[in-house]
Order: sequence, then structure tokens, then C-alpha cells
Amino acid sequence: MKKVIAGILALLAFCGISSAQESTVAFVNARIIPIIGVPIENGTLVLRGGKITAVGDSRNVQIPSGSIKIDAKGRTIMPGLVDSHSHIGEGAGADGSSPIQPDVRILDAINARSSSIQRAQSGGITTVNVMPGSGHLDSGQTLYLKLRDGNIIDDLLIYDGNRIAGGIKFANGTNSIRQGGGNFPGTRAKSVSLVREQFIKAQEYREKLFKAGDDKSKFPARDLAMESLVEVLDKKRVVHFHTHRHDDILSVLRLQKEFGFRVVLHHVSEAWKVADEIAKAGVPSSIIMIDSPGGKLETMDVSMTNGAALEKAGAFVGFHTDDSITDSRWFLRSAAMAVRFGMSREKALYGMTMANAKMLDLDSRIGSLEVGKDADFVILSGDPLSVYTHILETWVEGKKVFDRSDPKDYLIAVGGYGATNDRSVHIDCFDGDIEGGQR
Amino acid sequence: MNNEKLIVNSFKPRTNAKLSVKHIAVCLLTLLTIHFSLLTVFPQIAIKGETVWTMNGDAIKNGVVLINNGKIESVGAATAIVIPSGYKILSAKVVTPGLIDAHTVVGLAGYLNQPHDQMQLETSSPIQPELRAFDAYDPDEKLVEWLRGFGVTTIHTGHAPAALVSGQTMIAKTFGKTVDDAVFVPTAMIAVTLGDAALMQGGKSPGTRAKQASMLRAELIKASAYGAKPDVPRDLKTEMFAKVLKREIPLLITAHRSQDIITALRIAKEFNIRIVLDGASEAHLVLNEIKSSGFPVIVHSTMARAGGETESLSLETASKLKAAGITVALQSGYETYVPKTRVVLFEAAMVAANGLSFRDALATITIDAAKILGIDNRVGSIAVGKDADLAMFDGDPFEFTSHCIGTIVNGNLVSDAKR
Repeated sequence: MKKVIAGILALLAFCGISSAQESTVAFVNARIIPIIGVPIENGTLVLRGGKITAVGDSRNVQIPSGSIKIDAKGRTIMPGLVDSHSHIGEGAGADGSSPIQPDVRILDAINARSSSIQRAQSGGITTVNVMPGSGHLDSGQTLYLKLRDGNIIDDLLIYDGNRIAGGIKFANGTNSIRQGGGNFPGTRAKSVSLVREQFIKAQEYREKLFKAGDDKSKFPARDLAMESLVEVLDKKRVVHFHTHRHDDILSVLRLQKEFGFRVVLHHVSEAWKVADEIAKAGVPSSIIMIDSPGGKLETMDVSMTNGAALEKAGAFVGFHTDDSITDSRWFLRSAAMAVRFGMSREKALYGMTMANAKMLDLDSRIGSLEVGKDADFVILSGDPLSVYTHILETWVEGKKVFDRSDPKDYLIAVGGYGATNDRSVHIDCFDGDIEGGQR
Repeated sequence: MNNEKLIVNSFKPRTNAKLSVKHIAVCLLTLLTIHFSLLTVFPQIAIKGETVWTMNGDAIKNGVVLINNGKIESVGAATAIVIPSGYKILSAKVVTPGLIDAHTVVGLAGYLNQPHDQMQLETSSPIQPELRAFDAYDPDEKLVEWLRGFGVTTIHTGHAPAALVSGQTMIAKTFGKTVDDAVFVPTAMIAVTLGDAALMQGGKSPGTRAKQASMLRAELIKASAYGAKPDVPRDLKTEMFAKVLKREIPLLITAHRSQDIITALRIAKEFNIRIVLDGASEAHLVLNEIKSSGFPVIVHSTMARAGGETESLSLETASKLKAAGITVALQSGYETYVPKTRVVLFEAAMVAANGLSFRDALATITIDAAKILGIDNRVGSIAVGKDADLAMFDGDPFEFTSHCIGTIVNGNLVSDAKR
């Protein structure tokens, strides 16, 4: 009997390997921007089983016999784009009952069939951090997704062991302040105080867990909110903190210092005012490029030079779409606009890929074209920073998920009748009830 | 479009009034004040461009544009033009006509997005054609300065496409201390919106598309009798619709769904009025109908969000309209949140990458926009005698990584920040 089971297991294992192996694909004669390492003018990229097996100058890369060879002459290949802050998938997190809801998961709300996800694929985005809104101090757990072709949300998940990869969304400033808003804060100081209270509670909960050791009878009663914040205290769950004004940015740094969690600053509209402080704290920033200032009071001093200022200060910078604040389809434009306003080309492209991968703790798998990493990449018709360049193909784990030459995909990329089926349009990242707010 | 008729309503100086010494002194003081707020005053400027897009024929390689007294004095190849001494010389890789934003709300809408700087929509009634844009325009608004920094010299701005008849629009230059300095055409069009954006809720009219059409038709019918009897008291509302019926002013009809576009054409035909189609997300579905109507289209901003009644918008709408022989311009549009305004330079760049040639894309924000607005005798191309409105770039103007390095309005260098 044991032999039979062993036989079946071996057979299953074999099937698993063979289906994952598929064939070896080699893109040759491409201009390759690997992000880690210098651009290669005539490069070859080889993939097998969803992973990159070789990348480099065409003269040095051995292509295994039997490989499918694709001539990519005139094309540019770079890693799939990583969007560290997006609202694709039509999901909403926390509700109006309280300002801090670490128990809520955006996982339980996303429509995996939303055309917003397809639009992101057409924009070359292969990994994304889907966030709940900013109308709360904490609107819940975020979700890191691979934009595979999927039917249900489980098809897009990323696992870190048994754990579904994701962070947690926090916000300060005016979005989460509600005058007369019941248990919501009315001021900035109250906002900080409410967050501190919760983290102190979580520290106590964590202490009880620690003291209980392996004795389950001594475990505190399960508390979904506390479990989530304990992950934050344990540095397993990264805090993605929406923040605009320079004093709000400093409040985040102060909280980070007090509780020792890992944090990414998001939007950071006034980063140019406190770039040195951000750099000194060693905290990464994910910025957004908006076509004009304002829209609400606390972003009146936003600057197109934030990327350049943070780079100059030696801070760590990535980009995000905040889709649908900016459209995922032209995410690359964010890097180009940052270069227009003084950022270096290298740091801007790094900020679209590797920097965001690091912010999501996924840099060992994605973010650059290196042997052993996931075969997530985009094929471009020209330079990534040119307006005239089109994204021709997007590949996730060795599978093509967007092909501009396919009429259905073309419709998604360009728009037109039938291009969208979204049930709700998420106009902004802010889900509170006061538009604009106060400064 | 008949420009003369559009200009009828402008603030022309009364030529029959004799100029008093006091009047002249005030004028001089005003001029001095304006000039003090300029970067630097050069009455005469020569601009050398490695490429000069005049929008008349081919681009000129190594061209020169001479500016004298606010007007274009001459334009041509550097080999054919002698730069007179005393002219301030500026240089750029690419020189284009000053850019025209064919439809925006900037100046009525401000960047703070607070009640005090949002004057683009009055919600007390769905039909208010008497609301004049120049009574609300703030030439000092930061968003005006923002657009100016990207080469935009003329904007068609006014009441928002968010009520059945939200009010009037105006055309302004993007530089001027007061609205009177900036205004170009005080009343350009009447802003009409058909479709979801102008529907009312809670039992208020218009609550449906059919009601919108009925209410608009009723106003036009009422206006057809206006002025027939001498003893009828003046009515600001009906007066404006009467001007529309006399073809003095066009309706700017924002319509995204194809049925709304067709309704606009039906009403235009019924009353023999002039209209300009605006937004027009689904224009690509009714190209023949638009073409045969002869009306132009100010198409939605290229990077506008697709959703609701704009779900079918496309990066290729402008190129499809152009291919069908329809005059088309681009716009920054109306944004209620972020970004508070878009920039037509970037919007045109996206159509240049999606079906239109460089020249045709540039035309959507220069000469063709000027034609639709009826101001092409003054702006929209670089030609002798036209207003000296120019934009200068350090590379392909449409490339994301190029910069606008200078903007000239009426012969004045009003921006030289590298943007």
C-alpha cells in the first residue's frame, strides 16, 4: 500500500514539474534594462518555468537547444512595473463605524474580474499593492497581487510561506479627520493619540501572547484587530502611511520611532520640505506625479520636484499610481515626469520597479531582471520614458497577460466601446465624507 | 464659425468717446503696473528656433520670429531674416504658437478646491445662461499661472459642464492683472450639458435625458418671440437664448453618450443654431452624423477617467474625428478633485502617440482650437500681424522629458521657468 501511495505521489510530483516547466523561451536582440546592472544594447533574456534562467549580452548568453527563440530587435525589455499604491479591483476596506479597523482585509472585497485590473496589465504593471482608502486612520489590511490572468482573487495572491502577502494602510492629515464625526478624530493631535492608544493595546496583547508561550489555555481571546497590529509590531506587516503635509510626515516618523514598525510614506506631497529628515530616518517614500497642484488644501504645496529632492537627499524613492487618481495604463509617465523635474533617469526607473519591490518585501522575487527571479517583464516599442513608446506585451511568471496586437487587449489599452465593465469607478483614494478638507 | 459675430459682445473701446488726459494717465499707469509684474519687458524680441512650427505649411528649420509691439512682425528662415539691432534675442529648440486650451474652468475654479475658489457652478437653478464668466474669473489664480508655465497662452474657460445650462464661457489670455487685461472674448459660448452630469435628483428637473431636451427646447422657443414687442421688459436669461437664435453665440454642448450627441445635433437643426460639441466620449460611434452636421468637436481630455457616461472614451477619438474630416480641438476639461486641472500640452502629447501626426496633434491645441473658438484671425499660428503668443521648448514639446522654457503672451515674456 505504501508503495502505491509513494508511486502516486511521485507521479503527482512529476506532473507538477512538467506542467510548470513548459518550454524555454528566449528573447534575443533586445535592448534590456535589467535595473540591477547597466542597460544591455543587444541582450538576451531566457525564461523557463516562470523564472528567469539567463539574462545578459547576446554574445555571452547560451540559449538551451530546443528553446523558442523570439526576435525582439528594436524592442526594449524591462522588469514588470511594481505599483506600490493602487485602488484597482473596486474594493473598499473599513466602514464608517470607527477610525481604526486593522481587522478589515481588502482581500475580502476585490473583484478579480474588474477591467481596472486588465488596464493595469496593459500599463505594464505586474505586481501591485491594492489598498483600502485614506478616510480612516487605519482602513485595513492591504494586499500584494501578481497580475496573473485570474478568475478569482486567489489566483492573484502572493504567499510568504502560509501567509498571504500584504501590508496595512494608515493615514494622517485631513482625510481621516471628521468634524463632529463621532469617534473619528477632530484634530491632528487626536489622530496621533488614537493611533498610539491602539498600538499600546497591541503591545499589551503581544505581551500576553509572549507570556503564554506554548500554553494555549493562557492565550488572550482572539482579536482580529490586535492580531493584525501584532504582525505590524513584529515587522511582518509593513505600514503604508498616506501622508501629505510636512508636519504629518514628521508625525509618521515619530510614531515609527516609538513603536518600531516598518513603514512606507505614501504621496508625501511636501517631501521637498523635509527630504533630509526622511532620508535620515531611513524610511522609503512612494510618490505620485499629479498634473497640477492642489485639489485639496493639504496638497497645495505639492511639488513636481519631490522625486528629485528625495533623491538628492539620499532618500529611497518609489512611485505609485493611486489608480484611479492616475491611470495604471500610463504609469511609466510618472517616472518620465519625475525626470522632467530633475530626478535621474536611473533612480526614476529603479523607482518604478526595484524600489517598490523592496517596499513590498518582494525584492528577492521581482523588481529586476536577474537569474532566479520571477519572469515578470514588459516589452516596449521604445524608450520607457518616451510618450511615443507603447507597451507591447506584459508577462507575469513566464506567461503573457497583455498583448497589444490582440484586439481585445488593444481595446483595454486604448479605450473605446466595451473597454470597461467596472461596476463602480473609484475616483479617489479618499473614502471619507469631506472632500477637500482643511489644511 | 463667424468670428465677427463672436467679437460683437467684446469690450471694445468706445471709439466715439474722446480720450481725456485723465483717461490717458490712467491707461499709462495701468500699463506700467502690468509691466512691472512681467519678468522683463522687451518691446522687441527675436526668437530663434531650430524648428519653428508656424502651423502654416511646413515647419521652418532654423527659423526666426520677430516680435514688435505685441504682434508678430515677421517669421521665416534665419537666412532670410535680418534681426534688427536692439531686439532681445531668445533661443529654443522648438517654437510653437502659444497653446490654446479649448475648454477649461480654470480661473473660475481654483486649485484649493474650497467653496471660496469654486465659482464654476451655481446650483440654484438648472438654467442660468445669464451668468457671465468674466464676473467670476480670477486672472491671478495659481492654476492660470500653472498652465502659462507650460506654454498655454489662451484659455476658453467658464461655467462648468455640470448643469443643463450652467452659464457663459469666455476666452482669456493667460496673463493680465485684472480680468479686463486678460479677457479676449467676454462671452464666447453658453455652456449646455446633456446627460448624466446635468441630471438632478429628488424630483427636481431635469431628472431625465428627455426632460433635458424638452427644457432646452422650451427656452429656445420662448426666446424666439423675445424682442418682437417693444414693451416687453428685459430678461437676462431669454436675452442670451435670443442671441443664440440669432447665431451670435454658439451653444457649447457637452454630451458624452452617443444619444446625447445626436440629441444635440437634433436641437441644433430644429432651431438652426450654431453649436460646438464638447466632451463627446462616444463621438467615435457617430462620426458620420457629426461630420454631416458640420459642427466641430472639443474632445475630452485624453487622459480623462473612463467611467459612467465616459466609459467608452478612447485615446484615439481625436484621431478618428480628424480622419473623418471633423475639426477637432483638445481640452484640459473639468476636474472636481485631483488633478484640479490637466494641461493640454500633455493631453495633445497622448494623441500624438495614439494616431495623430505631430502636426495634427499640435493643431488640436493651436490653430484648430483657434478656429473652433473663432479667434484664428488673432492667435493659433505664427503669422505676420497676429498676436505675439508663443511657446518655446528645449526638445520635442510632446516628450514627457522635454521642458517648456518660455511663454510669450502679447509679445511679453511671461514665463521663463523651465517646466
